[in-house]
Amino acid sequence: MLTMIGKRLMFAIPSLIGVVIVTFLLTRALPGDPAAYFAGPAATKEAVEQIRKKLGLDKPLIEQFFRYTNDLAHGDFGNSLTTGQPVATEIRNRLPASAELTLLGLIVSVVIAIPLGVLAATRPGSWVDHLCRVTTTAGVSLPVFFTGLVLVYIFYFRLGWSPAPLGRLDVFYSAPPTVTGFYLIDTLIARDFEAFRSALSQLILPATTLAIFSLAPIARMTRASMLAVLASEFVRTARASGLSPATVIVTYAFRNAMLPVITTLSMVFSFLLGANVLVEKVFAWPGIGSYAVEALISSDFAPVQGFVLTMAVMYVLLNLVIDILYGVIDPRVRLEG
Amino acid sequence: MKRRDFLKSVSGLAAGAALPAVPTVISSAYADARSETLLIVSEGGPNNLDIHGVGTNVPGYEVSWNCYDRLISHEMKSGPGGVPYYDRDKFKGELAEEFKIDDMSVTFKLRKNAKFHDGTPVTAKDVKWSLDRAVSVGGFPTFQMSAGSLTKPEQFVVIDDYTVRVDFLKKDRLTIPDLAVIVPCIVNSELVKKHASEKDPWGLEFTKQQTAGSGAYKVTKWTAGTEVIMERNDDWVCGPLPKIKRVIWRMVPQAGNRRALLERGDADISYELPNKDFQEMKANGKLNVVSLPFSNGIQYIGMNVTKPPFDNPKVRQAVAYALPYQKIMDAVMFGLANPMFGAAKDKPTEVAWPQPHKYNTDIEKAKALMAEAGMAGGFETTISFDLNFAGVNEPLCVLVQESLAQIGIKTTINKVPGANWRTELNKKEMPLFTNVFSGWLDYPEYFFYWCYHGNNSVFNTMSYKSAEMDKLIDGARTAAASGDKAAYDADVKGFVDLAFTDIPRIPLYQPFVNVAMQKNISGYQYWFHRRLDYRALVKG
Repeated sequence: MLTMIGKRLMFAIPSLIGVVIVTFLLTRALPGDPAAYFAGPAATKEAVEQIRKKLGLDKPLIEQFFRYTNDLAHGDFGNSLTTGQPVATEIRNRLPASAELTLLGLIVSVVIAIPLGVLAATRPGSWVDHLCRVTTTAGVSLPVFFTGLVLVYIFYFRLGWSPAPLGRLDVFYSAPPTVTGFYLIDTLIARDFEAFRSALSQLILPATTLAIFSLAPIARMTRASMLAVLASEFVRTARASGLSPATVIVTYAFRNAMLPVITTLSMVFSFLLGANVLVEKVFAWPGIGSYAVEALISSDFAPVQGFVLTMAVMYVLLNLVIDILYGVIDPRVRLEG
Repeated sequence: MKRRDFLKSVSGLAAGAALPAVPTVISSAYADARSETLLIVSEGGPNNLDIHGVGTNVPGYEVSWNCYDRLISHEMKSGPGGVPYYDRDKFKGELAEEFKIDDMSVTFKLRKNAKFHDGTPVTAKDVKWSLDRAVSVGGFPTFQMSAGSLTKPEQFVVIDDYTVRVDFLKKDRLTIPDLAVIVPCIVNSELVKKHASEKDPWGLEFTKQQTAGSGAYKVTKWTAGTEVIMERNDDWVCGPLPKIKRVIWRMVPQAGNRRALLERGDADISYELPNKDFQEMKANGKLNVVSLPFSNGIQYIGMNVTKPPFDNPKVRQAVAYALPYQKIMDAVMFGLANPMFGAAKDKPTEVAWPQPHKYNTDIEKAKALMAEAGMAGGFETTISFDLNFAGVNEPLCVLVQESLAQIGIKTTINKVPGANWRTELNKKEMPLFTNVFSGWLDYPEYFFYWCYHGNNSVFNTMSYKSAEMDKLIDGARTAAASGDKAAYDADVKGFVDLAFTDIPRIPLYQPFVNVAMQKNISGYQYWFHRRLDYRALVKG
């Protein structure tokens, strides 16, 4: 297994190098002049040039690139100009926020979508099947920011059940000491149950928003894959042997239907992590997506490059994990083969 | 990992994910914290805590204003609607106990009991170092200092530990007001010098992350893009001790949510909401909404006068008669602006700025002027705006487009991303555009110097050049410095009249600063920088 992981990581290196080059060139091709932007509204031409020099943007592109890769090799992602902080620190602080939200959203989604998909597959044409179809269609056709705003409107503004959409913790709680960066875990480690409660209640609405959105692909994939497996011969044999329907469905059919579902899950997770910008905006969530978008708007190169690179690394790792899981779930899949 | 183990653990995870719903319990300690804390929500937050830093943004100015002291500040007067408004002409000491203005210098006596946040006393060498820093670091702070003829470190002289003299390079009415803006703040020189390096002689990297001042508040926690927490400095001596103990400033990007937070009573103050929201909140009366005009600020339509067709004054006048002024006021601003158009025909020009011009929407007259200019058939052009302010700019440009079509001018709308807007302005190639300019120093000649003078600063977005205009502007500046009121009045009236007949830029309205706050918040003050002054705010 270790050699397999090593091999996979080796294969990832060229794609990462490609990502570094492409993001570097793309950010340089963005319209807008960061020097003029950061020189402020009242800047004279000389002031803009001064800033350009300070930022090292007056150097030829190739020199800028070598400096950038050299810094990268030393673990330095550069400084963000909009927030004034080192990009590496910012990403380290913000990634857990996004990951916690996305994971929770995904868990909620899985808990609903998989049983729904399984039930819909076992009773095609029944009300459960229709329910599954309606929920997934609705979930995927409602834009996330819209669902988010509606949830805020109903549960915060109208009913007052949910806390103010002010980010990860209520304003008057202080963040727990960082261990994992996940507030739900860190508050428990710190034994600060009030903060845990606050963190959890802050998470419910945005996680639900994400769950509604990601319900569709998971439920549809579960249903389709279950239908295919249920129609196969080994299921017929199992049924003919007189096994109880529960055993047939859970032990034989579902386990075999999991492979495509896992693939979908990995896709949905990586997609959500990058694409939950809008949810982050709606809930003032200090995540990585909103950070990247803000940087993009102000032509702030370093965070955009850092973001794309982080995402690329995450994709590579995620794919690796999924491939390993394949082998674990289905012995027929041989990665070496 | 074995297949069976994995499958088991997956089902275990799924069971653990069914989390119970949790009610929020409000403890009494929590309620106490609330009553002494001010919660501000706004769209953007600071990118640097020091106004002398590279590219410090406007929210950063608010931190600087509240966490640092200046030598002098403005007195308050009663403004529009009884809201306290800074008095342009009256100054009071802040760090300075007293100050004496002579012919070619001003001398400040410092308060002997003023201390920086770390306990070191504020002395004359800190003042000198800070002012030297402001005129030397380059970029915006240095530029702002030069607006008041403060350009050389030699101008700042230490007399003794508690006395500083600022020498004037030349007579300039703006020198004293320029010492009361945000930039000449006094920094803890010993502390910052410890963190300075050869590459960074002014310690900008250090002050970017923490405040090193003597002001009424100090930043205790700053998470860029998320929140700023400020605590009161209980040893502040430059004014009455502020009532608010703690300020929590959270960034909430969604305008709708900021409004919801206010209306639910969770947030105390917010600004930067769409005009429509402010107007509705004003109407339903649940919150206090303060709307005050930008001092010395105008939103305008500019035309590039170096290139046809806008090099022809007749065409510019035709445009000025074709703009849908009232529609913009109603449908874009929801009435939250002062009209800068349609003054009565016989109204004499005042010695003031901004003041309304005499153009009004009159399509027939506009058509006639177009014909006179030989442009009866119309022409095609583009109108550009800054996407950062799309909420106002976009509907405004659509209305202008519609209206100009009636006199045969076909316009395409060009949306410029915020990052690119300044670059575009600097190029001075956009034929037609809308923009806002507002000067910290509220003097007509200051506005005209930046916006109409032939030295073609970045704000003279029209590239307007006129020898007569330059003469009038320079004349007013000289007259102001020497105190020749008659000459000053004549020159100001002269340049205002010329700006309106030549009309290279068409003023539309004077925008309002809108701030919405809970009913139990009082003490809001309007400042030239248009940000909040926490020192005067009271809760409860």
